[in-house]
Amino acid sequence: MLKQIEGSRAVAEAVALARPEVIAAYPISPQTHIVEALSTLVQSGALAPCEFINVESEFAAMSVAIGASAAGARTYTATASQGLLFMVEAIYNASGLGLPIVMTVANRAIGAPINIWNDHSDSMSQRDSGWIQMYAESNQEALDLHIQAFRLAEELSLPVMVCMDGFILTHAVEQIDLPSQEQVDAFLPPFEPRQVLDPDAPVSIGAMVGPEAFMEVRYLGHVTQMQALDVIPEIGRAFRESFGRDSGGLVRTYRTEDAETIVVALGSVLGTVMDTVDELRAEGHRIGALGITTFRPWPAQEVRRALAGARRIVVLEKALAIGIGGIVSLDVRVSMAPNGQAVHTVIAGLGGRPITTPSLRRVLVDAMGGALADLTFLDLDHGLVERELLRRGTTRRSGPHAENLLRDLGAVAAGPV
Amino acid sequence: MTAAELLSVAAFREGRYAQAFPSFGSERTGAPVVAFCRIADAAIRSHEPITSPDAVIIQDPTLLHQVDVFNGLHEDGYLLINSSLSFATLGLGAFVTRFRPARLRTVPGTEIAREVVGRPIANAVLLGSFAALTGVVSIDAVAAAIRERFPGALAERNVAGAQRAFEYVSKDMKELAGAQAD
Repeated sequence: MLKQIEGSRAVAEAVALARPEVIAAYPISPQTHIVEALSTLVQSGALAPCEFINVESEFAAMSVAIGASAAGARTYTATASQGLLFMVEAIYNASGLGLPIVMTVANRAIGAPINIWNDHSDSMSQRDSGWIQMYAESNQEALDLHIQAFRLAEELSLPVMVCMDGFILTHAVEQIDLPSQEQVDAFLPPFEPRQVLDPDAPVSIGAMVGPEAFMEVRYLGHVTQMQALDVIPEIGRAFRESFGRDSGGLVRTYRTEDAETIVVALGSVLGTVMDTVDELRAEGHRIGALGITTFRPWPAQEVRRALAGARRIVVLEKALAIGIGGIVSLDVRVSMAPNGQAVHTVIAGLGGRPITTPSLRRVLVDAMGGALADLTFLDLDHGLVERELLRRGTTRRSGPHAENLLRDLGAVAAGPV
Repeated sequence: MTAAELLSVAAFREGRYAQAFPSFGSERTGAPVVAFCRIADAAIRSHEPITSPDAVIIQDPTLLHQVDVFNGLHEDGYLLINSSLSFATLGLGAFVTRFRPARLRTVPGTEIAREVVGRPIANAVLLGSFAALTGVVSIDAVAAAIRERFPGALAERNVAGAQRAFEYVSKDMKELAGAQAD
C-alpha cells in the first residue's frame, strides 16, 4: 500500500512486519523515531508476544540483543554515532558468536566536535567488526532492506547492520510502498536458529578459545560473511519475485555503459549523484555511477566488473580516515584490474554539510578535465582553515579549533547553514 | 516541519510525488526552523536541501530581518507571509517590487488560527492560503492531509482555519484579477 510517511516510520513498520520477538534499544538522534514507533506498537499489543526492553545504555542494548538472540528470539535494535561506539565491544561479540541480530544505524557523525548531523563515520568505524553492512539509497530501500536483513542474517547466522542516512532519510517524509503482513510472512520464514540456549538440550555459547582454534573460528567468520556475496543476490531476486521491485543486492550501476568516468558512492547521496550524471550526460559527457549497496562483505568482483571500462573513478565518501583519506577508495583500489585507472577520493558531507548538485558537478567536471587531485574535500572552506593554521603557527596557546572556527564564522553555536 | 509534511501528504493524495524534510537545526521548541518540500510528477531522487525555491512560506515574520529567508527565491516565485500587516508595513515594500504581485500575499494566519483553531499555531491554516495562492494543491487535499494527521475535533478546527485562509486569499486574488481586467 502506498503511503506518505517519514523514513523512520517506514523502517519501524518494516521491522514490525518481520515479527520481532525482542527489541532492545536506547534512544539517540537520529534513530529515536524508529524505536519510539516500535515501542508504541509493542505497547499497543500489536506485536505480541514481542518484548520491548528499555535499557540504560547502548552497551546494554547490544548485550540484551545478544542474550535474546542466543535464546532463539528474532532480535532488533537501532543506534547511531556515539551510541554505536558505546556498544562496540558487544558488537564484536554478536558477530563473533554468529548471532543473527538486525540493527539499524541511522548514520551520524562522531564527535568531537559533537555533531548530530549525518555522515558515515559511525558505521564505517565498524566495517571490520564481522557484521554485514548494507546502505540504503532511499526510504523505500531502507524499508525493503530491513525485511531482507532478517532473512539474510538468519540464513547465515550473522548479524546485519542496515545503514540509512540520519535525518536525510530518517526524517524525510516520502512515498513508501508498504507491504502486507501476508507478503512478508511468505518471504520471511520463522526464525530457525543454528544455535540456541535451550534448557531441553543444554549447550554453552561463548567458549574461551586459545591459540589452538581461535584463528579457525575467525576464518569461519570470514568464510561465512563471504557466503553473503552469493546469498544477498539470491535474496534480492526472491524479494523482486515477492514484492515486484528491485531492492538490495550487492551493487547497482547507473548509466555506466561506455562511461569513461564513474562515480562510486553509498547511501542517499546516490540520488544527487544520478541527477548530476543525467545533467552531464545531457551535455555529452560519458559518465555513470556505481552504488555500493553491500559494503561488507566487499563485492570485489562486481565492483571490478562495473568499473572495468572506465578511465577514471571518483569515490565520493561521507567519512574520513584521518591520516590517509578515503575508506571506500582503498577497497575500490584493491578490486581494480592493474590497468592504470585513476582513482580520486572526494570526501564530502561530513557532519551534515549538504552535498549539492552544483558542487558535485564542479568536482566531476574537474575530474573529467584531469584537474582533480587524488584527495579532495568537497566545499571545504579553505579560508577558514588557513586562518586557523596561521593562528596555530604563530601562537603557542592558540586554543581549541572548534571554538576558534565558530568565532571566526561569527556563529554563537552550531546551527543550520 | 508539520506544514511541509502536510503539504507533501496533500500532494501525494493528488497522485504526485512529494518529499518533505526539515533542515536539521537545534532540536528545541522555538528555535528558527527551515523545512523543505519538493513536489513533482516523477519520482524524486535527490535529498539535498532546496536552495532555489519556487515558493517560500514564512510562518514567523519576526525572522524577516534576522535570517535571509528570501535567499534563492526567483522573480516568478511565490511568497506567503504569516502577518496581518502589509508588505509595506513589514518594511518589504521596495523589496517585493521585483516579484509578480499576484504571487505575493500576507495572511493573518495566527489570528485565524487563534480564532478558528483555538490556538495560535498557523501551520495548517497557512496551507489553505498556499493552495489559493499557488494552485499547486487543492484545498480538499490540504483538508484530507490535515484529517490524516490530527485527531477528530482538532483536525476539523484546523480544516476550518485552512478553509478560512483559503477564502481570504481567493477573494483577494479575484479582486486583483478584476482590477487587472478593468
